[in-house]
Amino acid sequence: MKKQRRTVTAKQHAAGWIYLAPATLLIAVMSFWPIIQAIITSFKTGSSANMQWAEPIIYNYKRMFQDQLFLRSVGNTFLYLLVEVPIMLILAMFLAQLLNNKDLKFKGFFRTCVFLPCATSLVSYSLIFKSLFVTQGLMNSILIKLGILETNYNFLGNASSAKAIIIIALIWRWTGYNMVFFLAGLQNIEYSVYEAAKIDGANGWQTFWRITAPLLKPTIVMTAIMSINGTLQLFDESVNLTSGGPANSTITMSHYIYNNSFGTGVANFGYASAMSFFVFILVAVLSFINMKVGDKRD
Amino acid sequence: MTKRRKTSGIQKKLIPSYIFLTIVSFISVFPFYWMISAATNTTVEVARGKLTIGTHALENFQKLVAQQNLWGSLGNSFLYAGVQTIVALFICSLAGYGFELYHDKNKDRVFSVLLLAMMVPQVATMIPLFKMISKMKLLNTVWAFILPAISTPFLIMMFRQNSRNFPVDIMEAARIDGLSEFKIFFKMYMPIMKSTYAAAAVITFMNAWNAYLWPKVVMTDNRAQTMPMLIANLAAGYTVDYGVLMMGVLFCSIPTMIIFFVLQKQFAEGITGAVK
Repeated sequence: MKKQRRTVTAKQHAAGWIYLAPATLLIAVMSFWPIIQAIITSFKTGSSANMQWAEPIIYNYKRMFQDQLFLRSVGNTFLYLLVEVPIMLILAMFLAQLLNNKDLKFKGFFRTCVFLPCATSLVSYSLIFKSLFVTQGLMNSILIKLGILETNYNFLGNASSAKAIIIIALIWRWTGYNMVFFLAGLQNIEYSVYEAAKIDGANGWQTFWRITAPLLKPTIVMTAIMSINGTLQLFDESVNLTSGGPANSTITMSHYIYNNSFGTGVANFGYASAMSFFVFILVAVLSFINMKVGDKRD
Repeated sequence: MTKRRKTSGIQKKLIPSYIFLTIVSFISVFPFYWMISAATNTTVEVARGKLTIGTHALENFQKLVAQQNLWGSLGNSFLYAGVQTIVALFICSLAGYGFELYHDKNKDRVFSVLLLAMMVPQVATMIPLFKMISKMKLLNTVWAFILPAISTPFLIMMFRQNSRNFPVDIMEAARIDGLSEFKIFFKMYMPIMKSTYAAAAVITFMNAWNAYLWPKVVMTDNRAQTMPMLIANLAAGYTVDYGVLMMGVLFCSIPTMIIFFVLQKQFAEGITGAVK
């Protein structure tokens, strides 16, 4: 009897491995193997058909840190990250807090509206925002009618305003997305906790900082990791909303890497791989720091 | 007195909330209205900032069909997104099921290694993957589109987390009844987990439909292009016809908007899927 049971579990364990084999193999071949390949390629130069070891071996990395355009793309990406992510997450948390109020009416309506931007593709909303802010566009005609502007202003033709528009567009697209996480997080907090706080005389601000924020910590850490990860890989907006311009002043890292590998210029897989490995390290390090910070406050 | 106010109508102290939410809602919805109205106006009217629905929808549509391979791209997007959804759901649910219900130390170790793939950015793998796909002569095929996206840590984790609620007892019962291990998956796991499948399907379809960077790399032939690629092409010229462009954007957005309105609950569950 006992023996028979053991063979069944052995069979079950084997079946378990078969279940996870396709997914595991695919991730190995489609994620882990390519990243190893990317590291190797980053030490090579030459056209894609005829690649040789770089001389010196770290040539691409040296070049990267002297490439003003690449450094600018890193700077831009970090600017978007540092401005957009905090504003968006605070706004998302605030909206979730408002929508979690028991006495609020039309909750479903408001939630649907705030969430709606997620129904657009990244290319679609980039182009919608482009059409809103082009020189001959809606924003200009409204601002002129209101008397704020006298002549059409080229929002996308000026480095600072173009960056601001990318940030505004990102906030528009992703706030509702993050709000969904906070709403789910808030719904897990028992209402009685708030009642108890109220009885103890805590005001709204104290309740938020002492009860809501600590309980939402896992959600905050997770949305922060996702947003950082996404922002470091920004591509669609840079390509379609501003085309990286004016004069590459809004270009992101992914966009610049794409231009160096599959863009209109000369394909330089070695150099592009070096830059993409840099992005990989950034993503990994920032996610790691974020998780550590999340752990410490426990 | 206060009690009565609570039940009837709007609470006074919530008025700032209503005002704020109304403003945010307006900002969220307005670009959609703008997209629709611009799609019905000429590019001159769009440039003037005309906000009302116009009469040039048909004209814009005809120009769009004449300039771009609209039906082909729509078909491609549906095909790629549909195949990706079906294959990804099958592979990832199988893995999530295996990781959770057959778990042991070694499988848990494999799982934590797989999670690391979440940190691998698309730009870092795109060059080696492009080489791989072109060596396999798969460029411009549905396989090129789906291969890197059908096994994701996110989906596997989503199925694994949701499998925690799966009643293990009935698996035992099924085994005693002589059902094979694989039949248990198809006949018991899949039907019981259908709400997880629905949420996973919505989020996978949306992601596939919206994909841009990877298709731009491997779908080099015009005939293989997707909707996001089509609208990006419309906007890439020196003179952009904004009426036609917005008509294209509208076509690219209608499928995802329908899914959003019909399956909003599943969409929200899909987004937060892996956290529970």
